[in-house]
Amino acid sequence: MSAARNVPRDGAERVLDLGRCGLDQGGHVLLARALAGCAPGERLVVLGDAPELSIHLAAWARAAGHGVESADSRARCAGRLVAGSAHLARFADAERAGATDARDGVHEQAPAHWGLAARGARVEVGSPAFDFALAEKRTLWADDVGALYAQALAAQWDPATAIPWDAPRPHAAEVEDALVQVLTYLIENETAALIVPARFAARIHPHYREVQQLLAIQAADEARHVEVFTRRATLARRELGLSTAGGQASLKTLVDEPDFAAASLLLSVLGEGSFVNLLWFLHEHAPDECTRTIMKLTAQDEARHVAFGVAHLAREAREEPTLVARLAAAIERRHDVLRHTAGLNAEVFDALIVLAAGGFEPERIAAGHAAVFELTRQMHAGRRNRLRLVGFDAEHAERLAGLHTRNFM
Amino acid sequence: MPATNSTLVLGAVAYDAKVVPIWDGFQRWFASQGLDFDYVLYTNYERQVEQHFAGAFHVAWNSPLAWLQARRTAERTGRIAKAIAMRDTDCDLTSLIVVRADSPVRSLAELRGRTIGCGAGDSPQATLIPLEHCARAGLVAERDFAVRRFDVLVGKHGDHVGGERDAALALLSGEVDAACMLDGNHLLFANEGIFTRGATRVLARTEPFDHCNFTVLDGAPEELVQRFERLLLSMRYDDPRVRALMDLEGLKRWCPGRTSGYALLESACERFRVLEPFLARMSVA
Repeated sequence: MSAARNVPRDGAERVLDLGRCGLDQGGHVLLARALAGCAPGERLVVLGDAPELSIHLAAWARAAGHGVESADSRARCAGRLVAGSAHLARFADAERAGATDARDGVHEQAPAHWGLAARGARVEVGSPAFDFALAEKRTLWADDVGALYAQALAAQWDPATAIPWDAPRPHAAEVEDALVQVLTYLIENETAALIVPARFAARIHPHYREVQQLLAIQAADEARHVEVFTRRATLARRELGLSTAGGQASLKTLVDEPDFAAASLLLSVLGEGSFVNLLWFLHEHAPDECTRTIMKLTAQDEARHVAFGVAHLAREAREEPTLVARLAAAIERRHDVLRHTAGLNAEVFDALIVLAAGGFEPERIAAGHAAVFELTRQMHAGRRNRLRLVGFDAEHAERLAGLHTRNFM
Repeated sequence: MPATNSTLVLGAVAYDAKVVPIWDGFQRWFASQGLDFDYVLYTNYERQVEQHFAGAFHVAWNSPLAWLQARRTAERTGRIAKAIAMRDTDCDLTSLIVVRADSPVRSLAELRGRTIGCGAGDSPQATLIPLEHCARAGLVAERDFAVRRFDVLVGKHGDHVGGERDAALALLSGEVDAACMLDGNHLLFANEGIFTRGATRVLARTEPFDHCNFTVLDGAPEELVQRFERLLLSMRYDDPRVRALMDLEGLKRWCPGRTSGYALLESACERFRVLEPFLARMSVA
C-alpha cells in the first residue's frame, strides 16, 4: 500500500459527526464548514453512519486538497482528515468590490476585474476583466439616483388595468385618423427612447447598478409606451399612419450618438423633455378617456427620465467644466446634420391641430393652431430651463434650445 | 520535428477539449517565469510513448499504463524512464466493484458466473486494476465471470469518464451484475443523481494505486527538464494566474514523482499480458 501523500504536518484534532448524512447528500457542506476553522495540518476526525462514507471521504479529501488518514479504532470513525491549505487559498487575496449601500459611497472609477460581481461582494483575484466602457462615477452618477429608481418602481402601471380601453369614443372619424397619425409618430419616437438607454445600460459598470437599473426601467417604460400607443391606435383602425424620412433621420442621430453624456442631453433633457409637453398637450386635447389616461401615465414616466438626465448631467458639469462646451457642440452637430431635413412631418403637425381643434369649423381649427403654437413655445421654454439647470448660461441656453430638432424628440 | 534544447516540449493526450486551454495557460505561465514551453498533442497514449522514444518531445504527461509502457520499453532498450512529478490527486486512488443494493451477491466469490461491467479495455482504474483485484481473490475474468467492456475512447487509457458512466448505467439497468469504477467517480455518480441513495452497495475496494505522472527519458536536456520540474513544483494554488488551470487539470498541488504506486497495475499487466502488443509494436517484445 502506498504511503499517504497529503499530510502537511502534525497538528491538533477536532471531531465532526455527520450522523446519517453522506457525502452524496450534501455532507461536504459540513466538512467544509468544519475545515474552515482548521489551520493547515490540523486533524479532523470524521464520524458517521452513511454507507460508503469512508470511501467517499477519501475521494472527496483528495480532490479538495486535504490529506486523509485511515479510520482509527473509535466507533463510527470514517477517517481522519488532515487539513490542507487550498480551501483557504481561493479567497485569501479576495478584494471587496466597494460598499454594498451606495449611501456609503461608490468608487470614482470601478475596476474592470470586479466585473459582474455584486457591489460589496468579495471578488476572487484572477476574475476576468470586463470591458465596461462606462466605469467612472463622474460620467454616470446622480446623487438622487437611488430615489429616482425607487420612484420609478413605485410608479409602474399595468396597461391591462390602468387604462379604460372600453371607454366611449364619441369623436369623428377624421379626428380618430389624426390621433392614429400622432400615435404612429409617438411609437417610432418611443422605440428610439427604448434603444438608447438599453444600449448604454449594457455598457455601464455594474458597480453603478442604480444607474443601470434606472436605465433598464426606463427602457421597460418605453416598451410599455410602444405597447399602449399601438393598442390605442388599432382600437378603431387596422393600419397605422405615416413614418417619414425626416423623422427617422432625426431619430437616427439619437440612436447613433456614441457619447453617453451627449445622448442623455439630446434624448432625455431635450427630447423627452419636449415630449413631456407634448404628452400633456395630448392629455388636454384627447378625444376620449382612454387616450387621456394613456397620455397622463406616459407623461409621468417621461418626466422621471428627464429628471435623471438633468440630475446626472448637472452633477457631471459641476465636476467637469469642459462638459458644457462638449454638450453644446453635440447639439450644434446634430442641428447641422438635420439642417436639410424636414423635421416634424406636416401630417403630425396638422394632426395635432385637428386634435386640439376637436372639429373642422374654421374657428376651432384656428384655436387648434394657436394651441400647437403655444405647445412649441412651451417646449422651447422647457428646453431652455433644463439647459440652465444642467449648467448653461442664459444666453447659450436660449440659443441651443432653439437648435433642437423640429421632430421634438 | 525533433525537440530542440531551447524549448521544453511536452507530449500530452487530447482526451478532452479542455486539454488545449490547460496547456495554453500553462504555456503562458511558464513563459512569464522565463521558460520557453510548448506542447504537442496525441490522440492516444501508444502514439505518445512511441514518439517520446523517437525524440519528438522531452516530457510525457503519461497515464499509469503509458508509464508502464514507457518504463518497460526503456528497460528493454537500455534506456532509463523516470517519473519526475504528478498531481496530488494522482496519489492513493482506489477502485470499487459495485453491485445494486438489492443484489444477492455478498462477496467477490459470488460474482462467479455473473457479468462485470468495466470501462475501456485499457483503463487502469475501471478495468485492469479491478480485474486484478478479482484475480487475486481467485476469480479469473472470462473464466469465472463474463466481462462487459464499455469501450469509450480506447487509447486514452480510461481518462475519459464515459466508460465508467456507461458501466454504472448498465448496472442500474440490470445489464451487468457489478460495475467497476474509481472511488471518486462513485461519489460523482451519486452527486449526479445516477446512483440514488441506497441504490448501490460497494462489494470490494482495491488497494491504493497511483495515476498519471510526467515521464522523462534519459538523454532529455537535463537543465531544461530541471527548470520545468522546479517551476511545476513551485506552482501554488493561491496564485490566481494558475489556480483556474489547476482546477481544470484537477489538482491542488504538484508533487514529486514516485513510482511506488504502480505495482497493482503492473501485476494486472503481467497477468493479462496487456503490454505485449505495445512492446511488439516497439519491436522490443
